Amino acid sequence: MLVYTLKRLGLALLVTLAVSMLSFALLYLSGDPAAAIAGETANADDIEAVRIYYGFDRPWVVQYGEWMFNAIRGDFGTSYYFKLPVSQLVADRLSVTMLLGLCGISFALLTAVPLGVAAAVRPNSIIDRIALFLSVMGQAMPSFWFGLVLIVLFSIKLRLLPPSGSDNWQNFVMPTIVLGYYAMPAIMRLTRAGMLDVLGADYVRTARAKGAGEFRVMFKHALRNAIIPVVSLAAVQMGFMLGGSIVVESIFALHGAGYLAWESIGRNDLPTVQALILVFSMFYIVFTFLSDLLNAWLDPRMRVG
Amino acid sequence: MTNTTETIHAVAPKVEPEVLSGPTPRQILVTKVLGHKGLMFGAIVLLVIFLMALFAPLLAPYDPYHQDLMHRIVPPVWDAKGSWDNILGTDHLGRDYLSRLLYGARISLAIGAIAALISGIIGTSMGVAAGYFGGRVDSCVTFLINVRLAMPVVLVALAVVALFGGSLEVVITVLGLLLWDRFAVVMRSATLQLRSMEYVTAAKAIGCSTKRILFSEIMPNITNSLIVIVTLEMAHAILLEAALSFLGLGVQPPTPSWGLMVSEGKQMLLFQPWMIAIPGVALFILVLAINLLGDGLRDVSAPENRN
Repeated sequence: MLVYTLKRLGLALLVTLAVSMLSFALLYLSGDPAAAIAGETANADDIEAVRIYYGFDRPWVVQYGEWMFNAIRGDFGTSYYFKLPVSQLVADRLSVTMLLGLCGISFALLTAVPLGVAAAVRPNSIIDRIALFLSVMGQAMPSFWFGLVLIVLFSIKLRLLPPSGSDNWQNFVMPTIVLGYYAMPAIMRLTRAGMLDVLGADYVRTARAKGAGEFRVMFKHALRNAIIPVVSLAAVQMGFMLGGSIVVESIFALHGAGYLAWESIGRNDLPTVQALILVFSMFYIVFTFLSDLLNAWLDPRMRVG
Repeated sequence: MTNTTETIHAVAPKVEPEVLSGPTPRQILVTKVLGHKGLMFGAIVLLVIFLMALFAPLLAPYDPYHQDLMHRIVPPVWDAKGSWDNILGTDHLGRDYLSRLLYGARISLAIGAIAALISGIIGTSMGVAAGYFGGRVDSCVTFLINVRLAMPVVLVALAVVALFGGSLEVVITVLGLLLWDRFAVVMRSATLQLRSMEYVTAAKAIGCSTKRILFSEIMPNITNSLIVIVTLEMAHAILLEAALSFLGLGVQPPTPSWGLMVSEGKQMLLFQPWMIAIPGVALFILVLAINLLGDGLRDVSAPENRN
């Protein structure tokens, strides 16, 4: 287990390094950051001055090395727009995004797992069809559009919820639904498939044969085994969701890290964008790492791989 | 006695040699495809949208770029204030919504198809190489897949489009370069299973070149799952383009992209909700059709459903 953990940890660190390098290269090589900062009215001399001031004239490996060295110590540079340390900006906004992600994944799990179980217990029943319908809808609905539909419905027509802002819990209801619904179909399908598999297994038949109640069979014997892959999927989805929160946050003007990312991209605030890409990938990396460990702990066969 | 024998003879039917060969595999496949409701629905809807996109210049009542500031925000025909002149109404610049919708289908389909093609080529070659060669190649590809999955797609795509400037070509390229992960994952595991098949071993034994084995033995057998992923990634690319355009960092105005139309309609959210409803529903139907087609193809081609 220790060897496995160390191996996974090493891999996670390597992936982090590669992601940071790639995104750095992407951002600094794809356009001319100096021209972008100087603005449209700047002439060639101005751009050259900006280039030298920010150090864009040096080879990118040097720039990357400097950035990475500082990033490890928690210093992501200064935001071009806010003129504040990026680390402070991001840290301020991160709590909103993390809360949103947590609410979203809870919503997804609380709807998807019961639906998946119910669908598997009675295949082809009404519930199964409703579950399938919901998951097909969820996969085809553009999340930004779903968000707008909710705003029209709950904010404009019914006047129940505020359309934007991030001050109290009411602001989180619609973003949670949008983000959670995005993750729901995959979790629902996996729960259903897992339960169908497990319900046909010998140990479930044994449990029934020895007279265990249906409730006990479902939850103590079947769900406990079917839920393992769901947990690791949920961890991965959580990573994706935080990365996808940029869309949801911008619709509901929820002032989280995703919203900051969207604003910073519009303002060509490269240090902030760079830091946020790294932070969002770190989320994914940490969650998959944890889910790998959890899987290995629950299922010793996984430790070999 | 004789009577009975005769009756038995009379009753016993003439035994015809039974035809053992049932319907051919192709016939079975056709029956299954035609019998799969989701697949047929998806295929028909997708075909209709494709034809609408193809013949947009003939079908569109107006030029999608033509502005008519005298007729701004005319509601669709089912609204009390709507008229048959602009069946789906006009947008904030007086452009005919139906014409923009028809031309928008071209953008969505083009982006979906080309992005899926680019990512398909990248992902399939990586996945097949990893699955077939194994060892170092496999570790390398698996690592790259992990790196790719760790990158937040929307954020990276937005940032790159912002730096390069939003245009159809840039959006297609960025999506094509970002969405290869599922191709690589699925093709890798499919190839891994095929690698140890007898016919691959046989091909090796008779001295086939690696190229021949990959193209004549492996590729034909992974085509089914490849087609399924192509459809799913097409849907993915279409949704992402719409999201990017909605956020203002995808296809730029005045191009009639559905995501952009939703974004422009957002300004009128309060009084004219149909402005986001129409392009949103169009996107939903297109992606739904592609997904149903993909799911259906997977059901039909799954080996456990062969018989």
